[in-house]
Amino acid sequence: MTVFQLNGATTSTAVDGKLPLVHVLRNPCDTKDVRFGCGAGNCGACTVIVDGVAQQSCGLSTESIEGCDVFTPAALQSDPIGAVVLQAFLDEQAAQCGYCINGILMSLTALLKRELNPSKEKIIETLNRHLCRCGAHARILRATELAMHRLQAKG
Amino acid sequence: MATGIPTSIQTAPLLKQWVQLLADGRFQIYSGKVELGQGISAALVKVACEELCIHPGQVDLVAGHTALSPDEGYTAGSLSIEAGATALRHACIYMRLLFAIQAAEHLAVNLEDLTLDQGMFGALQSKEKIGFHALAKDTNYALIRVDTPLDQSRDVKKLIQQPDEEFIRFDLKGKFTGAGFVHDMVRSNMLHARILRGPHAEARARLVDAAHLRSFEGVTKLVIQGDFIALLGPDEGMLLRAYEKAYATIEWQLPNLPAFQEIETLLTSLPSVDEKVVAQGKALPSSQRLTRRYSKPYIAHASIGLACALAEPMRHSANKAGLTVYTHSQGVFKLRQEIAAALGISVDMLDVVHSPGAGCYGHNGADDVALDAAFLAHHLQVPVRVQWTRQDEMSVSPLGSASLIELSAGVNDQGRIADWQAQVWSHSHLNRPGWLPGNNLLGAWALDPKAPRPVQKDQVLPTGGGLRNIIPYYDLPALDVMHHFVPEGPLRVSALRSLGGFANTFAIESFMDELAESATVDPLEFRLRHLTDTRAKHVLQATADAANWNSRGEGLNGHGYGIAFGRYKNHAGYCAVVVQIEVGESIRVQQVWCTVDAGRIVHRDGLLNQIEGGLLQAISWTLKESVTWGPAGITSNCWDTYSILGFDEIPQLHIDLVDAMDQPSIGAGEVAAGPLAAAIANAAHHALGVRPRHLPLTPDRLLQLIHSQD
Repeated sequence: MTVFQLNGATTSTAVDGKLPLVHVLRNPCDTKDVRFGCGAGNCGACTVIVDGVAQQSCGLSTESIEGCDVFTPAALQSDPIGAVVLQAFLDEQAAQCGYCINGILMSLTALLKRELNPSKEKIIETLNRHLCRCGAHARILRATELAMHRLQAKG
Repeated sequence: MATGIPTSIQTAPLLKQWVQLLADGRFQIYSGKVELGQGISAALVKVACEELCIHPGQVDLVAGHTALSPDEGYTAGSLSIEAGATALRHACIYMRLLFAIQAAEHLAVNLEDLTLDQGMFGALQSKEKIGFHALAKDTNYALIRVDTPLDQSRDVKKLIQQPDEEFIRFDLKGKFTGAGFVHDMVRSNMLHARILRGPHAEARARLVDAAHLRSFEGVTKLVIQGDFIALLGPDEGMLLRAYEKAYATIEWQLPNLPAFQEIETLLTSLPSVDEKVVAQGKALPSSQRLTRRYSKPYIAHASIGLACALAEPMRHSANKAGLTVYTHSQGVFKLRQEIAAALGISVDMLDVVHSPGAGCYGHNGADDVALDAAFLAHHLQVPVRVQWTRQDEMSVSPLGSASLIELSAGVNDQGRIADWQAQVWSHSHLNRPGWLPGNNLLGAWALDPKAPRPVQKDQVLPTGGGLRNIIPYYDLPALDVMHHFVPEGPLRVSALRSLGGFANTFAIESFMDELAESATVDPLEFRLRHLTDTRAKHVLQATADAANWNSRGEGLNGHGYGIAFGRYKNHAGYCAVVVQIEVGESIRVQQVWCTVDAGRIVHRDGLLNQIEGGLLQAISWTLKESVTWGPAGITSNCWDTYSILGFDEIPQLHIDLVDAMDQPSIGAGEVAAGPLAAAIANAAHHALGVRPRHLPLTPDRLLQLIHSQD
């Protein structure tokens, strides 16, 4: 039995603790906002925030998150920084198919929670853990800048 | 064919097939063109709102549903705006004009004095207003036909228009924060399934120990039928673990694959069907002649999400067990026909419903996985969700065909092209379900009785598959095109964004630079003097001006500029590109200027998004991508072995859209790829003095070129 906080609610699962977290989140927990992409830690689609750190949920065993705080895209709107990042992506229409975006929103939210004004290099390094196939990169970069700008304006 | 009637309207001639009035006062619009991530849904809603003067909140869109929506073929070929939006617009205008006559009568005013706002007809001299829903009560709505030409000589006076910003993608917020894809659909008693497929589309398991496969924890059902092997279980995580163990126990038998080698040697060594497809004009005398070969490798769709489908049994009528299949296919009607054929059931027993998948750039595994799910749900009579693996996605899914192009041209002393000859070696670029007799669904080749793989055939000009865009858009006194159609190759191939247009435009536009150089003419000037179409000239000149082309300098210092042009399919959108690159260990594209003329712009941000995405995807194809294989199958089967463009490689984009409001909308989703590739190759020549002719332009290739010059 693994017990953890999922978007603020205490959650427990009896699945085999060695199973990758992504399957537990998507199936028993029904957080369908978490995407499965490659299962090998390469594409970033399944990224969630665990105790404040963006991590690919295909590379985490379920038992390793015992007692942790897990934050998924479904909770973005209720988070002061996540909501700004989400709105910036909507305002910039920063997607084509949108499949890669959920993971990207997680990584950027985790980054901007740590530092409000990360360097360009830091942003690229963060986004480089994600793959986008449609070529929405330019929009994603614009949306990131917009989110930073708004957060800084808010102070 | 009736003139002035959009093709899709001729197939679906009734108003109710395009627009229905909902009981709650809203409008349901229908389209055969589905949301593949290209943003077409927003454009279709905008068209309906513009023509009916309604608000996007008043509209529901149903697209790609075999029981509900019109059959508009595939969502492919850059035709969703050109054909799909045009048909919907026709139906909506027809509806407005028809209802305006009744509204004028009802309000006792002249039709020309009518206003229309939020779907309500009114007039200055009338206090009363009346909407479509109220007017429809006096009509036999179900019988209204829209398949006659529009007469807009009498129309309502005032149309209230909403700003473009109102028409954002309504699907994105839900996708970003919740379920939004076919992958996310569940049913209470649903089984997950994984299909055991080898490292190649035609790999077959040699020996299968059913008892052993069944013994893995997580597998509650095993289905073996012919060469089709499926593991099923209620828990996806456990099933995937079982799948990995099961996969390791299987030895795969592969067809004899030609060795992995340079595309030029591969394609010229395979049997081909040779046909002269164009021979026109008379060559002028020339003072010099150039002959060059260019190639493009096999490219993977490589979507971020995996192919997925859900199928569930349903009762269509009292006694017939039917199926509903949820799929991210590009063509639900053709898919329905092929699934029905493979299962030996009537199409009436199947509903095929589009549900979003991850990015679609052509014929990928979406159709195949739909048959996988349909077969299992039909066989087991329970809902089945099938998702492919990353390896399946990169190796058994169709891939984009490779091409070799040889171009030869004479140039005269006046710096004009005197004759042009092209030869193309390539496979089919179109193996979609329903395209040819036989069955093009992967499962149909494995399930008994096995369906034959269709005899390979390519699409002919003017649209063309491997020959798409092989005819230069330039004025040439003589043109000769030879097609060496290579029916069989090492890999399973089909349509990938722009088909042969990518390789052919890359070749033509690289060759134009080589010819310009041999004639010692500026590459822009050389193109302009061979063009008569003013729209083509405009996009080229505008892009060159934006990039400050004339100040680009001599190059040869690791920094370079390149220019290229293309008109997709020679009858769709116009696109010119200038790139600025820097070459260190590899080519880095720093800036891209691009001008596109797609006629009347329907949805500006959607068009911009398509151009941005087309350019960036093409940078990835041009610099990085190539499918690799060995005797044991495809080796570029994951992101470690098939690398795509990253966020650290994104140039600045400067895109200008020509707003040709008086021109019909023409397809633009695929315009950018070919010109972009050639612009990079041309820039590499400007930067280094060497001429890359074979894609991808990897560091290894560049080094080889530089050394071969020494």
